[in-house]
Amino acid sequence: MPARRIIPCLDVKDGRVVKGVRFRDHRDAGDIVEQATRYRDEGADELVFYDISASAEDRTLDLDWVREIARVIDIPFTAAGGLRTRDQGAACLDAGADKLSINSPALERPELIEELARDFGSQCVVLGVDSYQRDGDYFVHQYTGSPDKSRDTGLRTLDWVRDVCDRGAGEVVLNCMSRDGVRSGYDLDHVAAVMGALTVPVIASGGAGAPEHFRDAFVAGASGALAATVFHDRIIAIPDLKEYLAKCGIEMRR
Amino acid sequence: MKLVLVDLGCGNLGSVRLALGRFGIEPVVTADAEEIVSADKVILPGVGAAGFAMERIGALGLRGPLSSLKQPALGICLGMQLLFDRSDEEATDCLGIIPGQVRRLEPAPGLPVPHMGWSRVEVRDPELGLVSGDYLYFAHSFACDDGPATAASATHGRGIPAVVRSGNWLGAQFHPERSGEAGARFLESFLQ
Repeated sequence: MPARRIIPCLDVKDGRVVKGVRFRDHRDAGDIVEQATRYRDEGADELVFYDISASAEDRTLDLDWVREIARVIDIPFTAAGGLRTRDQGAACLDAGADKLSINSPALERPELIEELARDFGSQCVVLGVDSYQRDGDYFVHQYTGSPDKSRDTGLRTLDWVRDVCDRGAGEVVLNCMSRDGVRSGYDLDHVAAVMGALTVPVIASGGAGAPEHFRDAFVAGASGALAATVFHDRIIAIPDLKEYLAKCGIEMRR
Repeated sequence: MKLVLVDLGCGNLGSVRLALGRFGIEPVVTADAEEIVSADKVILPGVGAAGFAMERIGALGLRGPLSSLKQPALGICLGMQLLFDRSDEEATDCLGIIPGQVRRLEPAPGLPVPHMGWSRVEVRDPELGLVSGDYLYFAHSFACDDGPATAASATHGRGIPAVVRSGNWLGAQFHPERSGEAGARFLESFLQ
């Protein structure tokens, strides 16, 4: 297993980085390229950029910022937001993205995952899942970038991730919506359940508030831990976090 | 220096092209055999599936020209796997420049596949610009056989070549353009 990955997530809206709490009330958090460079310099292992309103507004992400990021940083990054076709994926990879994260469009048309995996390989196809706890189980939500369009699909999360990985997705970012922006820790039971269902890397997302939360996610087996608020608001510094995790015996790239 | 980035129409050239820009190099992006043969250096990138890539190499008439290059050449990720005899990915005959086979990585508990992320390497060849202990970024589901060509290795369940060298060819299973400072050292060493 490679070193565990620390992954700052940058939500993008109208070309700016934003952050909301429980997917609502977005506020400005800075310039994309400045933020990308800052995280790269601090030792982030990978970055994720979500154009959070693209799917809900029925458009694809803006390739200009993908190119700008690809030009300045030398660590891997994933682009996400309204990628609906094989050709849109190709354009995004050609603009310099390393991986494509597909969320709502895969729910609209699961075959998209097969088309992307066939032409570009599983290693660049990431499934993003927004999972919500209800009635003692977890269900997939769609169009979470827009409070008006956000809806419960009724699909069980475990069924959905199995299906999409069978179709060729090479990684899953599991976002536990009830934890998003709340900083009370990742939903470890859910992370463990999803990992048990899959053989691809699983990235924990939603709920990180303290260094111990990252440790717990890695001890539970997550390949990476994604967070936004704690990094944007400088509550946790990545070099300190990596030092702490290394002391806990978790392999870190430093 | 004329550096050609081979465009098979199936890879993401973007990240490699932009990384070369960080070294002040504007590569010629082409699939034209004459352009490739006349280059000072050649990079064969690749994201995608071996079967489709070899089909493109055949259709573009590049099998002979790539196999007979004499100038320094670098295959990245799938571009490295294509240098071997054969890939289990869609049972594909590859370029046969380096003896050996490309096999699927088998997942196990605690060992997810694809091999995705930063792995520590052991370096056997001192002229790669790398040192043992460097972390490099990998993203692949198939890996080449370990053998005499292995110049640096990583571990993901089994030992896998991170870099191979054979004559004028170098192959990088990792992504130098996305491997931070260590990746930049490797690229710089190839570009010198």
